[in-house]
Amino acid sequence: MTNTENFVHELAEKHGRTRNALMPILQGVVAREKYLSEEAMIAVARELDISAADVYGTATFYTFLDTVPRGRNVVRVCKTISCHMHNKDEIIRALEEQLKCKVGETTSDKKFTLLTANCLGWCHKGPVMLVNDDVYPELTPQKAIEIIQEYNRKSN
Amino acid sequence: MEQKQLKRVDLIFEWDEKNTPIQVLDKTLQKTPDAIILEMIDSGLKGRGGAGFPTGLKWKFTRNEDSEVKYVICNADEGEPGTFKDREILDRVPEKIFTGMAICAYVIGAKEGYIYLRAEYNFLLKSLQQKLDKFNQQLKERQIDFSIYLRSGSGAYVCGEESALFESMEGKRGEPRNKPPYPTVAGYNSKPTVINNVETLVYTCEICRMGAEKFKALGTSDSRGSKVFSVSGDTTKPGIYELELGMPLKDFIDEFGDDDAKAVQVGGASGHCVPRKKFNDTIIGFEGIPTGGSMMIFNSSRSMYNVLHDYLEFFTEESCGQCTPCRVGCQQLLKGIEAVKKGERPPTYLEDLKKLTLTMKIAAKCGLGQSVANPFISIVDNFKEEIIY
Repeated sequence: MTNTENFVHELAEKHGRTRNALMPILQGVVAREKYLSEEAMIAVARELDISAADVYGTATFYTFLDTVPRGRNVVRVCKTISCHMHNKDEIIRALEEQLKCKVGETTSDKKFTLLTANCLGWCHKGPVMLVNDDVYPELTPQKAIEIIQEYNRKSN
Repeated sequence: MEQKQLKRVDLIFEWDEKNTPIQVLDKTLQKTPDAIILEMIDSGLKGRGGAGFPTGLKWKFTRNEDSEVKYVICNADEGEPGTFKDREILDRVPEKIFTGMAICAYVIGAKEGYIYLRAEYNFLLKSLQQKLDKFNQQLKERQIDFSIYLRSGSGAYVCGEESALFESMEGKRGEPRNKPPYPTVAGYNSKPTVINNVETLVYTCEICRMGAEKFKALGTSDSRGSKVFSVSGDTTKPGIYELELGMPLKDFIDEFGDDDAKAVQVGGASGHCVPRKKFNDTIIGFEGIPTGGSMMIFNSSRSMYNVLHDYLEFFTEESCGQCTPCRVGCQQLLKGIEAVKKGERPPTYLEDLKKLTLTMKIAAKCGLGQSVANPFISIVDNFKEEIIY
């Protein structure tokens, strides 16, 4: 078995092999591999004995279950109204310059993917972004860049 | 109309050392399930997620269902733009949520409870799990046959709709179901299910602590009690505030506005936009404009076209795509206001778009598509010149 297949097997052991276990398993794969590869989705389908199309259909419904490769760190900048009013565009511009990639793209060293997200629930402290699961409210362009530099150092 | 002055209340986050949540649980389980239901109904508590269904009735209907298996689910998929109260509650007083769930489980006869937490709040998972482990242990020590588990969402606004949330928990696309049957009859795993918002569950715990009478003394006859408001936008005091229900919007703006407020979006993107001239006669509560808590204030520097455009983009992206009125409707509304703005369509086209939102209101399958008419009509009617020019 490949690494991914082994890992999916472990997740199935942990969460069970019912359809209700599908989301926790997919979330587990994304937490480790950052996205759901074709190989991973087929492995999940085999473990749960459901069709790969069902796995793909479920996965593609959810914004946080990516089916295209992502960088080691996924950055999601909130773009909804309150953050928009508090200059999320400046944050995005600063990040695009720092990372040398546009929203939706992954850096050439595969360390970062830059995305936007709908309301992250920090409207009183916008602009805000998530880096993986961690949240950073009350951003300024400078602060956002420093946070990214810190992740960059940690990824070396 | 009956109304209250703006008054701050401290129930949700208050920590009563003499009546900790677990002590409230012990005290409450001395009562019969029917007595607890009566107390909930008497308190007048309505759901705090936005829809406002009477909590006591929800519990009663589920209790009356004949089924070996039932569930209690806490809807922590807070995604309405402008709302962030549940995050604070989950962070600061989760024990009260767990207690509300355990009381509900006792009332309806459930052995399993779930908290469905939105993925955007995954940073809370670790501490929540620790506190939950402790609580589950306390239940075990008391020989209470009930445990609570955590489930995560994966970034879909529509999963806050209760039947979409069940679909998601069942490992499927988060597409809302046809209703009826309602969750009290067939919810998670098609079993009778009580699904309550985070804040609602905390109030059930509070009502058990202080009694229905004290809770009822707050608010108005249609809107009993208090509510946590999430205040954002052009405000001098962004944050969350627990306030008595039934206040005029004018009081709210005097307290939180920046002296230049021209509109307030009450209830988030799916709520209503109230212009300055209506602040005086708008009541915040079920008799006026109900809200899940989102209060976004816009001052005169803001373009209401941009606000509406933001909302429509949001709905276009978050529509699950299952039913045509919502999927196509959201796209056409967005295209439509862009066309009017550019002059490609005459201003009268806005009337056609309003008709489209009314069609969505009756034809869309769930609250998402049905409620797009609220922001659309209230913004277009009150700020037409900003949409056109």
